[in-house]
Amino acid sequence: MYSFEPSEEQKMLMDAVNRYATSDLRPAAHDAEENKELPPKLISKGWELGVLQASIPEAYGGFGERSAVTGVLAAEAMAYGDLAGALAIGTPGLFALPVLLAGSEEQKKQYLPPVIEADWRAYTAALLEPSFDFDPNDLKTAATVNGDDYVLKGEKTFVPFAANAEAMIVYAKLDGKTAGFIVPKGAAGLKVGEEREKYLGLNALPFYKVTLEAVKVPKANLLPGDFAAVLAASRVAMAAMAIGVAKAAFDYSRDYAKERDVFGVKVAQKQAIAFMLAEMRTEIEAIRLLTWEAAWMIDANKEDVSKQAYLAATGAIDMAMMVTDRAVQILGGHGYIREHPVELFMRNGRGFATFTGLAMV
Amino acid sequence: MIEFELPEKIAGICTVLKSVADNMMRPVSRYFDEHEHEIPWDYITFMQTATRAMGGSSMAPSEKREGPRLGFQRLAFMVEMLSWGDAGIYLDTPGGMLGSAAVSATGTPEQKERFLARFKGETPTFDAMCMTEAGAGSDTSAIRATAVLDKEKNEWVLNGEKIFVTAGHKAMVDSKGFVVVWATIDPKAGRAGMRPFVVEAGTPGCQVTKLEHKMGIRASDTASIVMQDCRVPFDNILGSPEVVTAKATTGFKGAMATFDATRPIVAAQAIGLARATLELLKEMLAERGVTIRYGLPRQKLTSIEKEVIDMEVMLRSAWLLVIEAVWMMDNGKPNSLESSMCKVRAGDVVNKITQKAVEIMGPLGYSREYLLEKWFRDAKISDIYEGTGQINRLVVARQILGYRSSELR
Repeated sequence: MYSFEPSEEQKMLMDAVNRYATSDLRPAAHDAEENKELPPKLISKGWELGVLQASIPEAYGGFGERSAVTGVLAAEAMAYGDLAGALAIGTPGLFALPVLLAGSEEQKKQYLPPVIEADWRAYTAALLEPSFDFDPNDLKTAATVNGDDYVLKGEKTFVPFAANAEAMIVYAKLDGKTAGFIVPKGAAGLKVGEEREKYLGLNALPFYKVTLEAVKVPKANLLPGDFAAVLAASRVAMAAMAIGVAKAAFDYSRDYAKERDVFGVKVAQKQAIAFMLAEMRTEIEAIRLLTWEAAWMIDANKEDVSKQAYLAATGAIDMAMMVTDRAVQILGGHGYIREHPVELFMRNGRGFATFTGLAMV
Repeated sequence: MIEFELPEKIAGICTVLKSVADNMMRPVSRYFDEHEHEIPWDYITFMQTATRAMGGSSMAPSEKREGPRLGFQRLAFMVEMLSWGDAGIYLDTPGGMLGSAAVSATGTPEQKERFLARFKGETPTFDAMCMTEAGAGSDTSAIRATAVLDKEKNEWVLNGEKIFVTAGHKAMVDSKGFVVVWATIDPKAGRAGMRPFVVEAGTPGCQVTKLEHKMGIRASDTASIVMQDCRVPFDNILGSPEVVTAKATTGFKGAMATFDATRPIVAAQAIGLARATLELLKEMLAERGVTIRYGLPRQKLTSIEKEVIDMEVMLRSAWLLVIEAVWMMDNGKPNSLESSMCKVRAGDVVNKITQKAVEIMGPLGYSREYLLEKWFRDAKISDIYEGTGQINRLVVARQILGYRSSELR
């Protein structure tokens, strides 16, 4: 059967996330970006909504079961408030979900409860590398066998909260394929950049370069499962957040266009603007359904899920750019002023082409 | 629960229709494209027998309410598959189509019984919708065809000319079908005066006067129909008798309700054609050693790979919009917004895909040896009929802005 109606449970979660996103995250977004800091209390409050915790079974400290569909619904609602906040709250998931999806039973028992049962703490992951043609399936960071250890060498970028991370998953190429390695805090040869990275957007988030100078980890720290599942989960998560950002931009510019007078009518009464909005709304819905389908395929263990997740992420990249660009355009000069959030939406919107691996569901 | 599992029943029907498309449509696609106004009777006769065998009188959803309702979803999938076969020949499918959609959306139970029974017989029968006039295209409230009640004889007298009637000839000349004519009972009332009337084949005063020569979908006839003092029984006005006197815009609303049901179906046609094109393009490329590497970062893709991947995104996401719109129909949810959104998107997507496919294949794409050039021509109509892309953008815009038509013109 086809159905486009979230379950009652999902609706309740979406409502809770939506309330937090609109009444907590959004009002804080402007200052967080300008001051380059998210208030820790804000992150804790979002963490307490329990989105990640509900994805982890009780046996590992959580109180639910992972569902990619539920994950994308929550991710969209969260990113609707503010992308930086949504990513910050989800950062421990960059560590926990790959362990859940690709870890061994021992790894799950050992690593998940400390993340899930505690308050929000910095657990993170290092996937992106500083090259223009970064390919998650063809990493430059390499893992080699050395006795009972793996040795990791390479350079990572865009690692959120790396400076005070309790542990991180480092992705590296092993035997021609991407694999994840659990790297504890303070591992010898693990160098976190001294200064935060500076980016086009997401200034509220602390990102760092991470250099792996022959970091040794025991063989037991390799996540034995398939990276494809991790990558698919990451792609649908980013697509969902792109939809959230786009929806935020759409709503804001629509409301503005209904208020603003021009030539004796409202801006929205001009077809040039109304048609832009119609196309934005259509595009958002189209990519949302594509993303839902990919997430459903993950939950239903369908073949071809990697391709579908890739298509959803690809579509989301263009959709987010198109919608956020138009939102700024609809506000005209005012859209360019940082008092309105649309220019931030647009800077964030461009990022989805880059943000591989910054979110998980 | 959010789900994307194709129901088995529909999957089964699609398998059957795939073989119809492969064996009865594709082999004659080129012939009927080059012999405009000839009628593909082999396909028509086969489909008549097949729909009867499946227990239906047409492809249109039945009134039965058993189990989960899938009627519109089933119809959308059928139309998608047949249009994958040939978008023009598909329009020659016998049984209830747009005319029946209007009867279903606006007629009384008695009218449905009376007008739709004819599709149950052995003889292929067609219907059509007469809306457009020479001076009224997208602005349907500008129609000038008139209906005057002759109270003595209790008959409506229709006058006017309708153009661009899809399958009009088949409905009125090649079979004992009917057309639904939108006419005004009060020319000064604008939209409020609009009413739908059923005019059956053989009614004196109603004539097919012209067959158009088109860019594409040439296997489908597009007719002009003239009514000169054409008399139909009083009961042929669709809807309850109060519609005759009501000042409200019930008639126009009926037209719009019909569109909510028919736009996703027209969008499904676009999707079928787009899928056919993308599949053929990929096949032709593969035969020439070009395969698409999914999963790579864009920076590593060739320009052809990028185009094809974008086409896949467009195609799948547009199709999901269609499925959502028909799912809403089946579940009784208001779907004006979704119906128009999927029509906008599908119309765009089929044109982008067919245009790009011709471009990518170069002289092979432009050649009549392959079907790509035909599909490029067939595609354009999807952004025009059942509401142009622009009209549907207007509908979407009014919905998302909460504007009435007077507020957003």
